[in-house]
Parts: sequence; structure tokens; C-alpha cells
Amino acid sequence: MGVNNNVLGLIFASLHDSTVVELTKQRTMGSIMFGGRYRLIDFPLSNMVNSGICEVGVITKSNYGSLLDHLGTGREWDLARKKGGLHLLPPFSQSIGDGVYRGRLEALNNVWTYVEYSKCEYVVLSDCDYVANINFEDVVKQHKETGADITVVYGNYRYSEESGSCVDVLEIGESGRVTDVLVDPQLSGDCKICLDMFVMRRDFLRKIVKDAASRSQYSLIRDCLQPNVKNFNIMGYEFDGYFSRIDSVANYYKANMALLNPDTRNALFKANAPIYTKTGDNGPVKYGLDSKVKNSLIADGCIIEGTVENSILFRGVKVGKGTTVKNCVLMQGTTIGNNCTLDSVITDKNVEIVDDRVLNGSESYPVYINKNAKL
Amino acid sequence: MNAKKKCIAMLLAGGQGSRLYALTQNVAKPAVPYGGKYRIIDFALSNCTNSGIDTVGVLTQYQPLVLNEYIGNGQPWDLDRMYGGVHVLSPFETKEGADWFQGTANAIYQNMRFIERYDPEYVIVLGGDHIYKMDYSKLVEFHEKNNADGTIAVIDVPMEEASRFGIMTCDAENRVVRFTEKPKEPESTLASMGIYVFTWQKLKKYLIENENANTGSKDFGKDIIPAMLQNKERLFAYTFDGYWKDVGTLDSLWEANMDLLSPSVPLDLYDPNWKVYARHNNMPPQYIGENAQIENSMITEGSSINGKVDFSIIFSGVVIEEGAVVNYSILMPGTVVKSGAVVEYAIVGENCVVESGAKIGISPENIDNRDDWGIAVVGHNVTVSGNAVVRPKEIISENV
Repeated sequence: MGVNNNVLGLIFASLHDSTVVELTKQRTMGSIMFGGRYRLIDFPLSNMVNSGICEVGVITKSNYGSLLDHLGTGREWDLARKKGGLHLLPPFSQSIGDGVYRGRLEALNNVWTYVEYSKCEYVVLSDCDYVANINFEDVVKQHKETGADITVVYGNYRYSEESGSCVDVLEIGESGRVTDVLVDPQLSGDCKICLDMFVMRRDFLRKIVKDAASRSQYSLIRDCLQPNVKNFNIMGYEFDGYFSRIDSVANYYKANMALLNPDTRNALFKANAPIYTKTGDNGPVKYGLDSKVKNSLIADGCIIEGTVENSILFRGVKVGKGTTVKNCVLMQGTTIGNNCTLDSVITDKNVEIVDDRVLNGSESYPVYINKNAKL
Repeated sequence: MNAKKKCIAMLLAGGQGSRLYALTQNVAKPAVPYGGKYRIIDFALSNCTNSGIDTVGVLTQYQPLVLNEYIGNGQPWDLDRMYGGVHVLSPFETKEGADWFQGTANAIYQNMRFIERYDPEYVIVLGGDHIYKMDYSKLVEFHEKNNADGTIAVIDVPMEEASRFGIMTCDAENRVVRFTEKPKEPESTLASMGIYVFTWQKLKKYLIENENANTGSKDFGKDIIPAMLQNKERLFAYTFDGYWKDVGTLDSLWEANMDLLSPSVPLDLYDPNWKVYARHNNMPPQYIGENAQIENSMITEGSSINGKVDFSIIFSGVVIEEGAVVNYSILMPGTVVKSGAVVEYAIVGENCVVESGAKIGISPENIDNRDDWGIAVVGHNVTVSGNAVVRPKEIISENV
């Protein structure tokens, strides 16, 4: 790859917020905390940076305070650049009254000046609802080789009743061409689902964005891909690595728990393609005199004096003496007093649980506790 | 923008750290790992930032590669500034020739042009080999209040240890009346911490005089302070009462790490108002396995622990396999301890492999003659093979 790989990255940080309402009350999809020290946007952003993309626009919609705080100048992702770098694109009024868009195409129309200004020939689009470590260089390469109009990244998925909403299922022909796109179909079993990552030439993207605007259309999937599977050359790119889909609180919980499997960790956290995030400058984890910890993922700054099993502890979590935490996801700054028992609980940021409390959820329906709540 | 700086810091980081032997073969002492995720120099740099000092010259000399790379542009410590910030200052060649830094005073003398660029009122001179959290702004305030020419930070040490230090004798107003380097019969218990504030114009005069006098030592403790005292300059002692630990020897480095695990030691790494900053390395959170037993320890990012760990400091990316035992030890970044290996009372350097069955160090309770006991040390990038035993007090830097 050359110094300038001629690819612009665009991340939709605020799509799918409504699928995880609890977690997005005070934040947007991209800034949902994940895996002990990350936020969901770290994955697409790091993937782009690790694929040599050095110009990335982040399109937000609402509740983006925490996202702006997290991304800052983009330095942690090596995107604080004079040429290119990170650009935050909050909604601003242009074609639509209040500047708040309804879908990807409308969002892109709003920020088209930025896209036009970048001069890159290719564009990689990604949402924040899939956690994966994917190399976009390979996707762009395939896109160039096949001469496709649009390349859609897909993964093999077992569709079941537990699956959340808004799954886009693709039918792929023998040549790898997408032959049909189904939104939320009634089906079960193995299928190929769209991972909400796309590659296009910028010229082509301009055409479909402007076309949609002229017809008051806004959805990339429904208004563009679905009706045009025969007109456009839409190719699938099969991603055969690990991915998890964040489309409900239960699946968010599962996706975190999956990190206790070493195969999952090895697939997501690769030495040659790290996931970058904002540093917290916390001390190391401190294990106390009677701490008992097993099968858990623990981020720096935690102080553990009790028992922790099968859990994900984010930065700066405190677990008191005599307390047992099992099957929990405890977000940043959660403080749990002494002699508590927690099983299958998700605590949001800075939750405080005082001494002697007992909280039990179930693995299929974990108890979720709001940000800053005190119990 | 290019206004005068009230105070800048000069950090002496050139020391070879020869008493750290195997750990400083290719690394300057200030770059030696400490406390799970830090290097020794992080404490002085973080103190500067937390004290509001935004201009720091770091004087390097011995094996500067790792240290230079680590400091980089100073961003982790918030020392990447438009004007000021951290600057690594290496010995350089001039028209008159090239010279290594000959002593602490000479090192500052050779970098006077750097200091003059900021036209500071005060210069703080620091060492890079101590672990402590100190608000230098209070030191400068004390210096100003006393209208001092120089202020020396001191710490009250036990009388029996006083003869290991440079000892200050002060009057009732904290003015220094005498300074004796390592006295046999100490007059006081106020030991110099090697941290000084000088009024720059005054220091400049003494640096030039010392250089011209060519004493051979060109050292703050041996030359500058005695000369200032002789001339009745206003030197004051500022007493610091927090945690302060020299990590110049393998024993003290081990002890300083163990101190972090003691609830009675007042060194808090978790104070949100005084963070200790470090360059980090994008590793995932640590994973603690099914069979792990961890007590009284500090462990950091990227590690994977499935063995038994007690009273230990574990750095990033360390792997401790099931069935391995690590007690009272320090494992530096990237080291792997395989199943069945035992590491006790030891320091193991970066990226070592301790094979199954290897035995490093021993508990003082399990040794017949206590005089034979000491910590065992394995240098960086060493493989300790399956049958190998590293005895107490032994220091190895080659594969065994």
C-alpha cells in the first residue's frame, strides 16, 4: 500500500440507537462501552486505521457528548493529522429542517461537502453495531478487482428468535453477486447477514446520494440496494472472522461474555491490528488480601477485595470485601460495597451499590442498572 | 506566546544505574519498569505536569534509545506543548569539541542555552531515579517566600541511616548552615533528596564559576551547594513528608515495588487528582483464568493469568500458565512463566521465558543460612530452561 491509499472512511456512530434503548439513553451507539476498556466506535475506527485509512469522518446524530469526549482530536487512533485525520460531523441543517437524518443516504447528503472535499477515490462506510477486527484493505482490493458498484461485507449468521431487530439478510449468487436483500425477514437457520460495512467509489456514492435526495429517499438498504439488485453490480465480501452483533441488551451482554473465550479475544485483539482507545491513565488492577478471581476480563484501575467470576469489569470498578460478583458486566466506575451478591447484572457507568445488597438476573435476561444509579 | 517561563525543570536521566546490573545493560535507569505499568521516570514527569511545570529538559547520556522512544513528544504526560514541553537533551559537539556530561552540574552547564531560551526565574533540578509524588509548586512557593537562592528538598530519615545520605544542618528558619555528604557522625537527619530549586541567575553564576574552576567532579552535592554555602548564599531546606524511595539498587527496586502492596505505604496510584501518567500500549484488559489464584497483587493490561500469584507486581502482556507459582516477585512486560515453574522473591526482566520446572529464587523461610538469602534477578530477554535453578542473590543476563 502506498502512503496515501486514496480511501475515505465514514462511520455512522448514531444508527441503531433504538435497538439498545437502555444503553443509549445518555449516549449514542458508538460510545457504548464494550469489553472492559473500549467503546463500540473503537472497532470500526481502529479497523480503518489498521487498513491504512488516514481520513475518517464520524457522522453523529444525537446524544453525542460522550462520543466527542471519547474521540477528542483522534490522537489515540493516530488520526490527529494535518492531512486527513479525524473529522466529527454532527448534524447540521441543510436539506432537512432540523438537520436530523433518517438514514445513511440522507446523512451523507447532509455532510456531502465534507465527502467532496476529501478527494479520495474510494469510500468505506461502517456502522458501530458490529464488533469485529476486519481489514478493509482486502475489501477495497476485492471491490477494485470485481469492478463492483457497491461491495457489501457479509458474515455467516445463525438467525433465530433471539436475534434482535433490523437484520439485513443477503442472498448471494455463485459469482458472489448480491441477488436479493431482505430486511427483517421471517426465517430461521443459517444465512448471510449484512455487517453494515460497504465500499464504493466516491463518484458512485455521490450519484446514489443525490439521486435519493431528489426523491426524498434516505435508506441505503431499502431505497438503494433492495430495488437495484439487478441494475447495480452489488458484490458481497465474505468476512469469515469473528463478529458479534449489538442489537439488544441481551446480545450486548452475550457479546461481552463471549470475550471470556480465548478464541474470541484472539480474533478481536490482534498484536498486528490492535484496537485503539482513549487511555484512562489508571493504575494497575489491585487484588486485595482475600480476593478470588476467575474467568474474568478486568480493566486497569479496578480494586478487587471480593470474589469475581465469569465477569467483565471495566476501568476503575471497586468490589468490596465479602462481595461475590458472578456473570456480570460492570461498567466504568461501578462501586460495589461489602458483602453484596450480584449475579447476571449489567451496571452502567458510575453505579454505586451499597453494602449487603443482593441482585440477581438471569443470563438470558440480565438486570440492567442505569448510569449513576445508587442502590 | 514566547513569554518568559517562571520555572522550568531539568531532569538528570543520564545515569547508568550500574547497581541495577542486568536490568540496565541496554536501558538507562530512568527507563527501568516499575509498578506494573510505569517506568521510573514517569513519576518525575507526572510530578512536573501535576505541579504545573510544562517545560522539562531531560538530560540523557547512557543508552538513551529506549528512554528517547519512551518520552517521544511527551504526549502521555501532557508535555507536548507549542512553547515548552519535554525536550530530550543529549551531549553534543561544539566548535571547541565534543564532551560527555561530566557531572550533574556540568550536565546543566552544557545545556544553559536551553534554559536561557525560556528566561526562567527558577530552575528545578531533578533526578530520574526516585519513586515519589511531590508538588513542586509548593517547593517553588517555599523558595520564593524565603527569598532563597537555592532550596533543597530534604526528607527526615532514621538516624541509623543518615550516614548514607547528604545531610543538611539547618537553623530554626530552615536555612541550611552546613551540608555534609555521607557523614560518619550525622548532625541531623535531614537528607537531601537530590531535588533542588535555584534562582536561575544565581545558579548560572555558580555553574560558570564551577566550570572554570575545573574541580573534576562538577557536581551539585560536591561543588555547587558547598560553594554557595561558603559564600553565604541563602540556601533553605524544604522538608517533604510523603513517600520517597530510591530505586538505585536491585533490592530497593524490589522493595519499592512491594511497597505498593502494603496498605501502610502512602503511595496512591489511584488518586484521580494526581495521576501518574505513562505511555500505554493498546493491549486488551487482563484475563484471569479458571484456575487462577490471585491475592495481594497488582496486575496490568494484556496479561493472562491462570496460575497462583501472591504478593507480586505483574506488568503488561505477562502470561502465567496454570500450575505456575509466582510469589513476592516482579515480572516485567512480556514475560511468560510456564506451567510448573516457580518464581519467588525475584525480579524477572522484560520478555523472558521461564520454562516448565524452572525455579527462580527462594523464600527466606526456606533457607538455612539467612546470609545466603537475597532476591534472584533475571535480566531482559532471557530464557530460563526447565531444569535451571536461579539461586537467591544470583543475577543472570544470559540464557540458562
